[in-house]
Amino acid sequence: MTAGAKAFSQLRLQGVSRRFGGHDALRDLDLTIEAGEFVALLGPSGCGKSTALNCLAGLLPLTAGSIWQDERRIDTLPPERRGFGMVFQNYALFPHMSVRANIAFGLRMRRLPKDEIRRRTDEAVRLVRLEDHAGKLPGQLSGGQQQRVAIARAVVLEPSLVLMDEPLSNLDAKLRLEMRTEIRRLHQSLGLTTVYVTHDQEEALSLADRLVVLREGRVQQIGAPEELHTRPANWHVADFMGYRNLWTMRVREAADGTVAVERDGLRLVGVPVGPVAPGDEVIVAVRPEDVRVDQGDATTNAVPAEIEVVEYQGRELAAEAVTAAGSRVHLRTDRRVAPGDPVTLSIDPQRLLVFPGDAAATRPADKAAAVVEEPGLVG
Amino acid sequence: MVTTTAATDTRRRIVARPAAWLVWGAVIFFFLNLLGVVGSVLVSSFGQRWFDTWFPDGYTTKWYGDAWTEFALLQVITVTLQVSLLVVGLSLLIGVPAAYVLARRSFPGKRAIYLVFLLPILMPPITYGIPLATVLYKFGFAGHLSGVVLANLVPSVPFVILTMTPFIEQIDPRIESAARMCGAGMRSVFLRVLAPLLLPGMLASAILVLVRTVGMFELTFLTAGPDSQTLVVALYYSMSAAGIRAQQSVDAMAVMYTAMMLVLLVIALRYVNPTQLVARVKEEPEP
Amino acid sequence: MSVTTPTPAVESAGPPAPARAHWQHRLAERGVDRHLWLLTPALLFVVLLFLYPFFYGLGLSFQPTEGGPFSDYARFFGDAYQRDTIWTTLGLALPAALLNVVASVPIAYRMRGRFRGKRLVTILLVVPITLGTVLTAQGLLNFLGPTGWFNRVLTALHLTDEPIRLVHNYWGVFFSLVITGFPFAFLLVLSYLSGIDPTLERAAATLGAGWWQRFRMITLPLLMPGLATTFCLTFVLAFSVFPSAVLVGNPAGETRVISIAAYQAAYEQYDYPYASAIAMIMGLIELVVIAVVLFARTRFYTGSTGGKG
Ligand SMILES: Nc1ncnc2c1ncn2[C@@H]1O[C@H](COP(=O)(O)OP(=O)(O)O)[C@@H](O)[C@H]1O
Ligand SMILES: [Mg+2]
Repeated sequence: MTAGAKAFSQLRLQGVSRRFGGHDALRDLDLTIEAGEFVALLGPSGCGKSTALNCLAGLLPLTAGSIWQDERRIDTLPPERRGFGMVFQNYALFPHMSVRANIAFGLRMRRLPKDEIRRRTDEAVRLVRLEDHAGKLPGQLSGGQQQRVAIARAVVLEPSLVLMDEPLSNLDAKLRLEMRTEIRRLHQSLGLTTVYVTHDQEEALSLADRLVVLREGRVQQIGAPEELHTRPANWHVADFMGYRNLWTMRVREAADGTVAVERDGLRLVGVPVGPVAPGDEVIVAVRPEDVRVDQGDATTNAVPAEIEVVEYQGRELAAEAVTAAGSRVHLRTDRRVAPGDPVTLSIDPQRLLVFPGDAAATRPADKAAAVVEEPGLVG
Repeated sequence: MVTTTAATDTRRRIVARPAAWLVWGAVIFFFLNLLGVVGSVLVSSFGQRWFDTWFPDGYTTKWYGDAWTEFALLQVITVTLQVSLLVVGLSLLIGVPAAYVLARRSFPGKRAIYLVFLLPILMPPITYGIPLATVLYKFGFAGHLSGVVLANLVPSVPFVILTMTPFIEQIDPRIESAARMCGAGMRSVFLRVLAPLLLPGMLASAILVLVRTVGMFELTFLTAGPDSQTLVVALYYSMSAAGIRAQQSVDAMAVMYTAMMLVLLVIALRYVNPTQLVARVKEEPEP
Repeated sequence: MSVTTPTPAVESAGPPAPARAHWQHRLAERGVDRHLWLLTPALLFVVLLFLYPFFYGLGLSFQPTEGGPFSDYARFFGDAYQRDTIWTTLGLALPAALLNVVASVPIAYRMRGRFRGKRLVTILLVVPITLGTVLTAQGLLNFLGPTGWFNRVLTALHLTDEPIRLVHNYWGVFFSLVITGFPFAFLLVLSYLSGIDPTLERAAATLGAGWWQRFRMITLPLLMPGLATTFCLTFVLAFSVFPSAVLVGNPAGETRVISIAAYQAAYEQYDYPYASAIAMIMGLIELVVIAVVLFARTRFYTGSTGGKG
């Protein structure tokens, strides 16, 4: 198989919106995808990722907005005429066709000559290493093999864009890691342009060139993996990117580049992300791995606390401590702490992000909002 | 845990024993009567003379020959098969696409349309049969094969829709989406992906409609003319004209009808389970 | 790295975004697309062969051969011979449907598990439904007649001295309704029962419920909606009784059901308006009974029963 045909140099989504009843599943999505890019749509379950992907594929009508392929408007084309490939979450293989027939289906729809169909199907089967299973029905394959058939079926047409909707979420942890590498390898070797949907931030960070974080149908941030990891745009993104400690506090003073916050006698210093002014209610975000335990030299951001729960996690321990004022702190440490131990916690001010709170919206009630696992069936 | 299960088991067996006897007694009584009903027709059709005795005096097969010529059964059976096959074919052609749309789409007025499709199954055939027959007479269809076929379509199409809906719902819509993403248009999706997957469902509903149409009395009775009677209507006429014909040749005809139904039943049960022959129950989730 | 402002990053280029989606999207949004054409044959069918005849009949029933628009309805209700067909029909259909459903419950309850021969039993039960009322009538005439096997057995067992009259009267029709209706009700009840998760009863047993309490407090309430539906379907079958009422009943007397009245008006007196009026009355009465039962059904829990059904 040759490098994917670059049928466009840019794909633009402009104000793409989708409503279900009165509910905005996707709101004003603006995104430009360059040819050859690997873009991941990331967000918790129900945030509108699949909706965005289906709108792009043409499987869902838009409520507003338009989609442009260079200067050509494509949102009015039916899915079969857009020339995109798609890998579905549950693979959606044709159960009555063999692996080979599944892969060849798209080529047959194009009415290509028989020997070309055979040649390209063979090539695709080899590409995903299913030579020994080409004659089987999908029901006779394991999850990982079905997954590879789905990928081969999507890329055999050398589509200008490949869409993947949580393709790894039905696999077990080990296979997921293997297939992740496989997908990145195919993307590079075939020169594909890929839009990849996932709720797993680790998967998105490791695969994508660019990430789009969605929440409740709206884009929260678009950026390179490192940018999102170190500088989330708001506390929701921070929450999603692994900042498990989210505390509601009040600003005491804000000066260029640093801000001091306070609550219940606890005073902390950090970096403001966004406009904050004295008296504002803000949300303070810290990663568990940025909380240090008993480093005597700490002078700023030192907090006495008591260890409450300890989980063993290999080289490190994940622990939960409670401060004198009753706030809970998630931390990771390689020290051997035990429940009941009094400790002094400290946080590097550069690693303590201070976000403006939402005007009246939900606040993290001093606890980390658990990221709910995608149930796997949300269409 | 083990002991409690054992305890409840033994207790249940002791308590349930008389109840079990009663239940099985009732079932056996029912089957004995059923056997009597079917058996007496069968025995009588082979009997020479059968008055006031347990069994006929002698046995013969001549009533079958009599019935065959007397009631012009060749023609009747031909009509029955023609009507049934036409009804099966037409109701599948009309019903399957409709079932697809009703299973997959939601659009304004869908509930109303669904209700209208279900009404012919909920109403006794006589209630809509009489106005229907009147209309069919008005337009000159009734009294012919075409009228009988049209009348029999009325309960058959809804039945196909009802039978096919769960089969269609079973197919993941993402399979269709996948086909479209592979470049398949509407026609290809239907012919290459949906049709093969729906084949078992279509077979099941075809055989169910066949059994129902061969056995359908009321609608055929109301719309058939002398040349378009199906077997069950011919049987009814020969029975209500009892006395003119020998009772045994009516019985012989009844046995032929039974045999035909049983053959269909045996075929049907290869593809569907017995409950499906009765009705397609699907609990609608309450709003 | 500098402090970023929290405005969501926005990229845009090219022509300005239109405020509304393309009209094709707006139609598709409401579920209106090319697929809807597939509904046309069925819609044509239902309009031409069901709705039109129905409304034609309704219209016809208000255009009697003589008198005002309601005179055919008045004629039906004014004539005791005609009016009583309603009670005759209900008197046959309601007890028969009730007996069929009530008898099905204990039998289906015992048979819901797996046992050898279950499939055979269900197949045997389908036979009378498949055969239909005409053949059943012929069989009943032979079997229940004065010299039939049934009376012979009774006499042989000295349960009776002379044959009991069981055909050409109410009982003949009633038996025919039971023979075809019971298997129908039974198979439905059985499928509803197997839809109830058996672990629910086991859970009740671990909480100390005896078999009667388990049935009374767990299974029966979950089964009630199914029983109501079964009753409706069985009632529809029994209500439209026609061939057996003529063949094994006494069509001029005690089994003159409403469908006979409608048939006679249409095919013996050729009074189509009157026949249509009777058919409308028949449909209305049936729908009233069903509506009452279905209304009662809404008072029970009708959600998932946890089983495979
Ligand atoms: N067909 C539909 N009808 C109504 N609501 C829907 C439909 N599909 C999705 N939604 C809603 O839209 C929102 C986004 O869904 P989706 O895009 O599937 O989320 P996810 O990010 O998990 O893929 C959810 O709140 C979901 O409930
Ligand atoms: Mg999803």
